[in-house]
Amino acid sequence: MSALTVDLWPYMLLVLVGFLPNEIWRMLGFVAARGLDEDSEILVWVRAVATATLAAVIAKLTIFSPGALASIPLAVRLVAVVSGLAGYYVIRRSVFAGVIVGEFVLLVGAWLFAR
Amino acid sequence: MRAMSCRCVAFAGCAQHGSAMPEPLRQFESHSAAFRAGFVAAWASVFSYVIFGTYVGIGALAYDFGFSLPWLMLSTLLVWAGPAQVILVSALGGGAALIEVAIAVGLSGVRLLPMVVALLPVLRSPQTRPRDLILPAHFTAVSMWVESMRLAPGLAPEWRVTFCNGLGTGLIVSASIAGVFGYYLAARLPLLMTAMLLFLTPISFLISVARNSRDLADKLALALGLIIGPALAYYNVGLDILWAGVGGGTLAYFGHRLRESLR
Repeated sequence: MSALTVDLWPYMLLVLVGFLPNEIWRMLGFVAARGLDEDSEILVWVRAVATATLAAVIAKLTIFSPGALASIPLAVRLVAVVSGLAGYYVIRRSVFAGVIVGEFVLLVGAWLFAR
Repeated sequence: MRAMSCRCVAFAGCAQHGSAMPEPLRQFESHSAAFRAGFVAAWASVFSYVIFGTYVGIGALAYDFGFSLPWLMLSTLLVWAGPAQVILVSALGGGAALIEVAIAVGLSGVRLLPMVVALLPVLRSPQTRPRDLILPAHFTAVSMWVESMRLAPGLAPEWRVTFCNGLGTGLIVSASIAGVFGYYLAARLPLLMTAMLLFLTPISFLISVARNSRDLADKLALALGLIIGPALAYYNVGLDILWAGVGGGTLAYFGHRLRESLR
């Protein structure tokens, strides 16, 4: 391989196995959204599917955590998530407050139950 | 004051709420004003901070696996999805087979399809050309989707695409700056700090999706996805996220239909 191909190889990989497999969903969505009206009934279903998909991603990230987050006990992660959500509802429905409460509980829990 | 009224008219575009909230839709003087307002909304959003934290983590990861800084920046511009980038960096850097990496990234991106389908009809006005929607489709990620679905219905339809492009640009700028920080901080981040950065994604997603769930269908979908997703993952069912999304979303939709018919 020439020096140029070696330099460009990581970028070709980025496009082939990073950009394309991810972007295809957005473009399929772009095609599927054609002709759909903002108030159409099917969008209620589509929004529910999007919300449920996101919820599944959230639960999976919390329970089967990747990388460094896995070093924190599962119980601490679950209590932190529930506290964060409760913090949001209690503290003037502020997303920021909820995130801070969740992170704080995670920090305290990790410190108390350090393995 | 303007921000206040904006919050009140969120979701005014939905048929169910339209008649109940006769607030006027927000207008702009020009497209650059709408773009700027979107850009500013990105920085006023809790997501610019969440994304900042998340991408500090991704930057550190890219450094650890030996990717260059320009590569990291380009991956943020092109992929623009946190989970996909974490998978891409760790799987590619860890030497996984290319087809495996492509499949893992592809599976993590499934959620983008229903999000784009739900968002684009909200952004479209009679004057919108199809190609105007390509950029908002590319900008669609959880952060941009949640904020666009919340803010766009309060704007006059002709400004929504430009506003959301500004919003997406603001969030990508935040992510890019954070990536640089993380890349140079990598060696100095303690494990607990990295764990807290990674925790930003699920906690902020959950709270903002809960905030955006006004209708019964959305609330049910949130609850069902939270239960079905991990249950399928626990029993090692393939494509767990996809099934949880379609199954949970469809059940939630029927719940909504059931209540409508009982009214």
